[in-house]
Amino acid sequence: MSSSTALAPVADRTAAGVVPRADAARTDAAADAGEEQYVTFTVGEEEYGVNILAVREIRGWTPESRLPNLPDFVRGVINLRGIIIPIFDLRARFGGGRTEVTKRHVVVVLQVGERTRGILVDAISDILAISRDAIKPPPDVDAGMIDAAYLSGLYTADRRMVTLLDVERLFAVETGDADALERRLPAAGRDVHP
Amino acid sequence: MEDLSRFKQTYFDESAELLAVAETGLLNLAPGTVDADEVNAIFRAVHSIKGGGGAFGFTDLVAFAHEFETVMDGVRNDSIPVSTDLVDTLIRANDVLGHLLAYAREGSDVPPGTTDAVVAALRRYLRAPDTDANTTGVAAPPPAAPPPAAGVPPDDEDDEAGIFGDALAAIAEARAAASEDAGAGDDDGRVRRIITFRPRHDLLMSGNEPAFLLRALRRLGDAEVECHTERLPALADLEAEHLHLWWTVRLTSGPEVGPEAIDDVFEFVADECDITVTIDSPPPVPVEPPQPVPTAAAATVTAAPPAAPPAATPVPAAPAAVPDAAVRREAGGAGGAGGGNGAGNGAAHTGLTSHTIRVDLDKIDRLVNMVGEMVITQAMIAEHVRDLPPGAFQELLEGLEQLAQHTRELRESVMSIRAQPVSSVFSRMPRLVRELAAATGKEVQLVTAGETTEVDKTVVENLVDPLTHMIRNSIDHGLESPEERERVGKPRQGTVHLSAQHRSGRIVIEVADDGRGINRARVLSKAIEKGLVAPGTALSDEEIDNLIFVPGFSTADAVSNISGRGVGMDVVRRNITSLGGRIAVYSAPGEGSRFVLSLPLTLAVLDGMVISVGEERFVLPLTNIVESLRPKPEDLHGLVGRCDVMMARGEYVRLVYLHRLFGIPRAVGDATRGLVVLVETEDGARLGLVVDEVLGQQQVVIKSLEANYRRLDGVAAATILGDGRVALILDAAGLREMSRHADHGGTRATAALPAPDAPAAAGSATLEPV
Repeated sequence: MSSSTALAPVADRTAAGVVPRADAARTDAAADAGEEQYVTFTVGEEEYGVNILAVREIRGWTPESRLPNLPDFVRGVINLRGIIIPIFDLRARFGGGRTEVTKRHVVVVLQVGERTRGILVDAISDILAISRDAIKPPPDVDAGMIDAAYLSGLYTADRRMVTLLDVERLFAVETGDADALERRLPAAGRDVHP
Repeated sequence: MEDLSRFKQTYFDESAELLAVAETGLLNLAPGTVDADEVNAIFRAVHSIKGGGGAFGFTDLVAFAHEFETVMDGVRNDSIPVSTDLVDTLIRANDVLGHLLAYAREGSDVPPGTTDAVVAALRRYLRAPDTDANTTGVAAPPPAAPPPAAGVPPDDEDDEAGIFGDALAAIAEARAAASEDAGAGDDDGRVRRIITFRPRHDLLMSGNEPAFLLRALRRLGDAEVECHTERLPALADLEAEHLHLWWTVRLTSGPEVGPEAIDDVFEFVADECDITVTIDSPPPVPVEPPQPVPTAAAATVTAAPPAAPPAATPVPAAPAAVPDAAVRREAGGAGGAGGGNGAGNGAAHTGLTSHTIRVDLDKIDRLVNMVGEMVITQAMIAEHVRDLPPGAFQELLEGLEQLAQHTRELRESVMSIRAQPVSSVFSRMPRLVRELAAATGKEVQLVTAGETTEVDKTVVENLVDPLTHMIRNSIDHGLESPEERERVGKPRQGTVHLSAQHRSGRIVIEVADDGRGINRARVLSKAIEKGLVAPGTALSDEEIDNLIFVPGFSTADAVSNISGRGVGMDVVRRNITSLGGRIAVYSAPGEGSRFVLSLPLTLAVLDGMVISVGEERFVLPLTNIVESLRPKPEDLHGLVGRCDVMMARGEYVRLVYLHRLFGIPRAVGDATRGLVVLVETEDGARLGLVVDEVLGQQQVVIKSLEANYRRLDGVAAATILGDGRVALILDAAGLREMSRHADHGGTRATAALPAPDAPAAAGSATLEPV
């Protein structure tokens, strides 16, 4: 993985991001078809996508219980059929302020490794089959903008731009999952030490 | 292959239990108090281990078990007298057997010489009482064994059966019984049996014809059939298709007709009738007749016994005993004694154990989880229904009420599946006491009570270490030497009481000794010496007693092997509090000390107080709460302008505002308008937690927050309240820590609750925190 550098093709990068996950089926599917399905959703005017294999379910908004002393984007926890999962406010995560929730807001429940967590988004918009070749790397962003580490690429669908998120990295920071972060950073293609 | 390994797993599991059984039995074994049942149990345990070992080809293990078993057999038939020395040897043998099992389990080779010493010791007993003509060699027949009639099982043929542990034992028993029955026939070997045959009314409906059965019986020997008609109703009430008759058959048959022949006759109707078979013969040898079976009594009343005393050993041949019949058959054959009727002992034994099944713990946890969910869902529905207009939906409400009741019962039953008697822990203690007594030169008697008290498996498992420590402490520090005890007029032998009982939803375990009690002067001086207490501090007796729980405190003048390394009671206390329990000590100088543990029955649920702050609700463990009160303005004081203190119960406690600590908006925020919950942390520190409201006490299921997120300061775990919403369970010690630091952003780890990998902490079993 350390061989992938800023110049490495996007395809390699995606594959590298897939391998550490225990999800063998996913690796196979990716290798066979070269195409992956993404669930896309909107947050304000922007459209994001996550790999469909990471999505466990989509559910309507239910009031959360707040967790103390955490940043704005950690909405709190909800009861998902007996297990307690944290909910992250994607709008707040990307600096758009706390979402004023309505009944029409949606939680995308994601399975990240062994953990289950939810992201609060405005609405589900589509399911796209995206060829890996069609995924463009995110533009070179300031290394200080850590947010960019969550992006696994950009995709154009009908002139809409869909920002593809790397769910594993998205949560690595909040949960202090240093390992995951460490593991993923070289793949992000910046600051690679030989 | 896979199958075999599964059997092996079962074998090892069972062997572990059998070892424990043997050990318990051995510890009870003492000169003069030889209980035949106990000895048999030990013998059976060793024999079963050996049998299964043979099936898997663990030759070392089998060879050793054979030696062990041979000596046990000698004990069983009184050819080897029980001495303390013998018991010690047997306990050692049991340990070695355990080692051998461990080696077999790992699949590693047994180091040479592992068994030598014990085998040599065991063989000494074999030589002593009998002739030494036939004493050598592993494969030699049991030397001290009596003639076969006394029931020595020939070992090689039933070894494969060993995996079924108890079946084997039943065989052994049956054989013994069979030989006892050897004299039960007439001189010419003919056996007379009284068979009562009471078919159910609907026997005819299943196409069976009693006449055929009777005819079949007749073929077995000379049968005298008596038909009973008293159940026959009046003609007007007669249902022609129902059977109202029953029969008594007096069957005299040759020695070749065993009980299996009779079982065969009734094979197809066994479920549809009551059958009893009674051996009716001179010399009646009812060694230990099982509980009389009512129908057998009827048989002896109606049948005039032909010149013989009635009913030797009534055998319940009820349908339930059918599995035993197979065993019994084998026994009869092997015993070679015509009418060997199997005996109630073997049947009773198999009956005891065949009603349990082995279930994977994960499956039970899943069940517990699901029931937890059901309870929450049910509570949720109940809450919604409360808003319905009264009077309407009466049936719905009644149904829900019933559902609530069933849910509660279901939950209790499911929880009780995980419950285990504390005897699994208590049974380890006699050995500990024995060893400690030997090591310290003290005479100690352990008295246990309440072994059958049940508590969740996880709690039981976590009890071993604390109890071991406490008993060590009692024997090493508490009890005096025999001489010293005599001087103060106590019996030489000290007593340690270990008891368990349920008390108000918790389990209370006491360890009490009749030793010298806590030497308070010495404890205090030691504590001052160690800098744990400032010199000149006035402490109450109770406070001094509690110093023994302070980390780093140890009064033993010389560090002994047993205790006195200063890691005793403080570890005990930490273990206990981490289980959500409390420990207290009561001591009277010269009379002894008493340690009282109080633990929750399960780690999956917690008794908590639901409190509210702003729009949030939290659960505070009941164990932390001293009281809640609304202070008057004059009770509150500012301390150097920074924090508030309050006078409560004669001391100043610091107030901690939960809404400030957690940044909760729209809270009451004023202690005089809200409430102060006086909270005591596990290490005894108190603080006043300012909240808006106390909503009520509730039992909550502990859920992990870490499984899917991470731990948070001041939060021990989470739970789901009746409305399905998540509430955080507060960690009193963590809150105190947070409130001490002006900024509460750090990540200090403090845990007042058990790690919620307890059963009902949903998901945590499958979702492990990274």
